[in-house]
Amino acid sequence: MDAKKESENPTAAQRKSDREMVVTRTFNGPARIVFKAWTTPELLKQWWAPKSLGITFISCEADVRTGGSYRFVFGHPSSEQPMAFFGKYIEVIPDARLVWTNEEGGETGAVTTVTFEEIGGKTLVVMRDLYPSKEVLDDAIASGSTGGFNEEMFAQLDELLVTLGGGKQEAE
Amino acid sequence: MRTAVRPHILNYMVQYQQTRFDASFAALSDATRRGVLEQLGRADASITDLADKFHMTLTGMKKHVGVLEQAGLVTTQKIGRVRTCKLGARRLEEEAAWIESYRRVWAARFDALDKVIEELKRKEKTDGRKKRK
Repeated sequence: MDAKKESENPTAAQRKSDREMVVTRTFNGPARIVFKAWTTPELLKQWWAPKSLGITFISCEADVRTGGSYRFVFGHPSSEQPMAFFGKYIEVIPDARLVWTNEEGGETGAVTTVTFEEIGGKTLVVMRDLYPSKEVLDDAIASGSTGGFNEEMFAQLDELLVTLGGGKQEAE
Repeated sequence: MRTAVRPHILNYMVQYQQTRFDASFAALSDATRRGVLEQLGRADASITDLADKFHMTLTGMKKHVGVLEQAGLVTTQKIGRVRTCKLGARRLEEEAAWIESYRRVWAARFDALDKVIEELKRKEKTDGRKKRK
C-alpha cells in the first residue's frame, strides 16, 4: 500500500449538540484491523500520542472488555507531573463499537462512544463525546480558549514583547 | 476523551493565540489591562469595581476598558447607571477555534493510526502467505 496523504481521508469535528462533540474519519482498512488498533495497548501506544502533539506515553494499560478499565499516562514538557487519563469500558462489541468513560475529571467527564462501520473495505470511525451537560462542555471550551489568558500566556506575551525589542510600553 | 484532549489542545491554542496576539497587542502590553482581563475571567465587574480593585480613578479605568473593548477582548453593557464589563465578544470565534484544535489533535492521531493500520495489513498479508504454504 502506498502511503496516503492525510487530506485523502479528512478528519471532521463538530459540536453536534449542546453536550456532544463528534469526530469522524475514514480509514483504509477493514473494521477488524481498525478495531484492533484501538483495543491493543501496544498498538494504541503507536498512535495515541504522536510526536506532533508534544506528549509521550509513560504507560498505557487497556483491558478492553465490558467492565474493564484503562489508564493512559503521558509526559508533557509543560507540566512536571505526568498526566493520567483513566476510565472504564462500558460496552465493547468486537469490530463494531466501543464505549468508555473518562473519569480523571471526576463527574464532569464525557462518555466516549466509537463506532466502526466497514464500507467496501474501508472503515468509517465515528467518535462521540457526550458530556453530562451543556455547561460542562461550555466550560471545557472556555478553559481551552479564554483560559489562554492565564499567567503562562502572559509570560509568553512578555517574552514576545522583549523579543520584538519594544519592552513594555504604557499605551495611555 | 475530553480531559485527555484538553492539555494537548493547549499546544494548538498557544499557536493560535500567538497569531491573534497581533490584533490584541497594544491592549495586552499593559499590566493593568492584563490584570483586568484576569479579573473579568473570574467574574464580571463594573468599571467602578475595577477602578477600586486596581486603585485607579474612574477615568483611568474607563480608558483601559476602552482599549480592551476596541481589541474585542472585553464587552461592556450599561444597565441603569452601571456599566458592566465582561470578557468577551469572541465566544463563538473561540468555540470554532477550540473545535478546530480538537479536530487537529484527532487528525494528528489518526494520521499516526493510518500507519499502524498499513502495518497491520502488511503483516496479515505476510502471515496469510505463510499459512498458505
